[in-house]
Amino acid sequence: MGKYKAVIGLEMHCELTSNTKVFSSAENSYNDTPNANVRPVDMAFPGTLPVVNIECIRKALLMSMVLNCTQPEYMYFDRKNYYYPDLPKGYQITQMHAPVGVNGKITIDVGGKDKEVLIHDIHLEEDSASLDHYRDISLIDYNRAGVPLLELVTEPCFYSAEEAVAFLEYMRRIYQYCGVSEADTKKGQIRCDVNVSIMDEDATELGTKVEMKNINSFANVYDAINYEIKRQTELKDAGRYDEVEQETRRFDEETGTTIRMRSKVDAIDYKYFVEPNIPKYKITKEWLEEIKKDIPMLPRERKEYYINRLGLLEYDANIIIKEKDYADYFEECVDIGINPKTAANYLIVQIIAYLNKEGITLHDFYLTPKLLYQITSELDKGTISSKQAKEIFNKSIMEGKEPKTYITSDNAQISDTDALNSIIDDILNNNESQIEAYHNGKTNLFDYFVGQVMKETKGKANPTIVKDILRKKLD
Amino acid sequence: MMYMNKAIEELHELLKSGEVTPEELVNESLKLSKEIQDKCNAFVTIIDKPKIMPANENMLSGIPFGIKDNYSTEGILSTGSSNTLKDYVPFYTATAVKNLEKCGAIAINKTALDEFGMGGTGTTCHTGTVHNPWNLKRMCAGSSSGSAAAVAAGVYPFALGSDTGDSIRKPAAYCGIVGYKPTYGMISRYGLFPFASSLDHCGCLTRSVKDAAIVIDAMKGIDKNDQTSWDSSNMHLYESIDGKVKGKKLFYIKNVVDLENYQNPTEEFKKHINNFHKTLEILEKCGVTVEGVEIDKTLLNAIPSVYVCLSCAEATSNMSNLTGIIFGPRGNGENINEMMKDHRTKGFSPLIKRRFVIGSYILQKENQEKYFVNAQRVRRLIVDKMKELFKTYDGLIMPVGTGIAPFLDNPKDSVSNDDVSVLEEHLQIGNFGGFPSITIPDGFIDNMPVGINITSNCYDDINVLNIAYALEREMPYKNQIAKESEK
Repeated sequence: MGKYKAVIGLEMHCELTSNTKVFSSAENSYNDTPNANVRPVDMAFPGTLPVVNIECIRKALLMSMVLNCTQPEYMYFDRKNYYYPDLPKGYQITQMHAPVGVNGKITIDVGGKDKEVLIHDIHLEEDSASLDHYRDISLIDYNRAGVPLLELVTEPCFYSAEEAVAFLEYMRRIYQYCGVSEADTKKGQIRCDVNVSIMDEDATELGTKVEMKNINSFANVYDAINYEIKRQTELKDAGRYDEVEQETRRFDEETGTTIRMRSKVDAIDYKYFVEPNIPKYKITKEWLEEIKKDIPMLPRERKEYYINRLGLLEYDANIIIKEKDYADYFEECVDIGINPKTAANYLIVQIIAYLNKEGITLHDFYLTPKLLYQITSELDKGTISSKQAKEIFNKSIMEGKEPKTYITSDNAQISDTDALNSIIDDILNNNESQIEAYHNGKTNLFDYFVGQVMKETKGKANPTIVKDILRKKLD
Repeated sequence: MMYMNKAIEELHELLKSGEVTPEELVNESLKLSKEIQDKCNAFVTIIDKPKIMPANENMLSGIPFGIKDNYSTEGILSTGSSNTLKDYVPFYTATAVKNLEKCGAIAINKTALDEFGMGGTGTTCHTGTVHNPWNLKRMCAGSSSGSAAAVAAGVYPFALGSDTGDSIRKPAAYCGIVGYKPTYGMISRYGLFPFASSLDHCGCLTRSVKDAAIVIDAMKGIDKNDQTSWDSSNMHLYESIDGKVKGKKLFYIKNVVDLENYQNPTEEFKKHINNFHKTLEILEKCGVTVEGVEIDKTLLNAIPSVYVCLSCAEATSNMSNLTGIIFGPRGNGENINEMMKDHRTKGFSPLIKRRFVIGSYILQKENQEKYFVNAQRVRRLIVDKMKELFKTYDGLIMPVGTGIAPFLDNPKDSVSNDDVSVLEEHLQIGNFGGFPSITIPDGFIDNMPVGINITSNCYDDINVLNIAYALEREMPYKNQIAKESEK
């Protein structure tokens, strides 16, 4: 690039978790059976009316506060009118006039540096039905129709695909930390619209904005931005910048390119107006205060805490805050008395590796912090070796039995000096030639003797004590 | 012995004493339905075998009634009198209907309306024109045309209506019966096919004020399916009617009902206005003070256009679900857009299409501020003006329309020129403010009934009913059944 600067803005749609849909009493849950989570209102049968789910408003307000937005005095909704087969009412209930939050900002970390992201607005709306296209027919599944969606719109404040994706990653984490969404891109719970323009490095006016709609993974957001920057740059270089049109494109995963959908000239007039079936709802200060109390410690704060107070390395802290589950697990470990570094080690080296291998989450992981404590406490006491600890850890999760069942007297580490003395004496008596060689300078044979002791004790001998005894006897 | 011409109170006594059974009432009502259908074309569906409900302590138990066909009724065809829903059989019942069924009332038929309530003539139903039982050559007005015709003809003591501009209260006047829409949100709209949500009201048509109170007592109630509904459980309309109106103060809009303000009024119009003033005298004799109040003509003249703007805009959006994809007949076409277009092109009457065009135009980004937002502002101004007057007065009293029901073959006669438009359209004020509003018959001109309307502040339903009841008591039109005339 060099001479041009790219400017990127994001729209991030995130499905909220809730018992029921945002304007319907139908269940809000992922369901493999099409059209199972459906009430008459979800299919817009004549005479049905929307009823706001207060839980969704609460979650939307919570996110509005997390993003340091201004909340409106009254909550109300607007209709966005357009015809599409996935939109049964012929309009979507959304917020245009008074979004749940406006003018926010949040600081994120991009490659170790702080970046302030400006939030234009965040608003609550309903999702559309999903369409399955076949050769001759298309099928409509209304399970998703009416699922609560939070749409977050940033200012055009990103200058690279890295920044944009770092923000999306961080927001995904925030949604999870705040318990407002599972934010699982694989389940289609997050979808993004991205707009990209380029401009001369020293220019003050933004270039022509091109929007890419409905990108379903962060990797694709990254690729789409970079492709679009490249496409626009090439046109500008070739003196054909006027061919960059204000238009809507879509990202084609297979080719890694963006494809034109429609020009701005054909943009739909959504004829927004206030939804008359939902009365204005006063948002009181007291309610906001109450919601505020539910905002948990966010990843950036946690990271600082781990490094400055618990003495973790930044590298380790970064891994732990990546997922709220990790952070919660780690904090619970620390709370019940596991040494932070030990807990971090277990989590990063053993547990996360295991989860990835098995493709499961911490929720399905057998060894809770309390069970892990059974291992680490014995390790601290020296009753078991770290090798044994590892074995117990593995056995426990394989067999689904508490670690303490494996920490019995016969597999406990042998730290008894008398017992070890007699074992070592036996070994030394049977290895006279090696002793001679050792005394003649083959000092690396020391490890050979240690190995023999370990072999004899099936690895249960306390290595420190063994080494002490051996040194005394040999030197 | 005929029963269906009687009031609910009386029928209830007869049922309780065992003199008549619900089954006999249903059979009589069904028989009358068929007769009236031949004459007036009032029904979309006559229910084959209505479910007989036993008579009990509830005033409405065992009483037959009609349902306007824009109420959703489970298992019973509900068309909104539109070809777009000509085969639509819902799988849920509107809350208001459910509430009546809980009382033991028995639905006999579904009545015809101007397509989706969007008309005032009874001529745009997909099943054809509805005729006025007083004179079959005349219209019933609309949109609750079939309900008004059936109640006036004595098919049953009450029928459900809906009212977005005057759709209950004008047909009531043209058919010589009572039409009442309570305060917005007193009755749940869940299951009422929407026309313009912020103006739509449920209500009823009856032949007496007390019957109207009994019916609304049963229909009303907060509903978890309608967020605009409110709890009125402490309001007992029927029990609260005592006819004590001495000391009440009403006003009429003087500049609208002053004959001197009209150039070349017709004889009919003069009779109508004079009849109105005569009715006021009756009220005054009851101890009610009635005063004329001048209201800025500019504000009044804005009423019809504000109504058109807001109702068409909301209607355009509300009826976007009618695509023939999920329900209603599938349109033909190569793709989904063509199919929707075909369905809507064939399904809607020209009148509705015209309103959709107006609504879309008004909502367009470049026009919204000028038309839609301004209409909302003027709506507010009109409502504020009324609320200000309601501080001094217990209600507004006005004649309904400019005279009697016009002839069907010459409806243009009635179409308002600017002179009389306010008089034709002032009932829309009741929808702007969500005010309780009732029309009762107050006389005849050329053997055709005319009506008078009383409108009051929100939540003041009991007051409205009481004044109407006191007036009704002093006039001979209570429980009147249409007598067909040839004129």
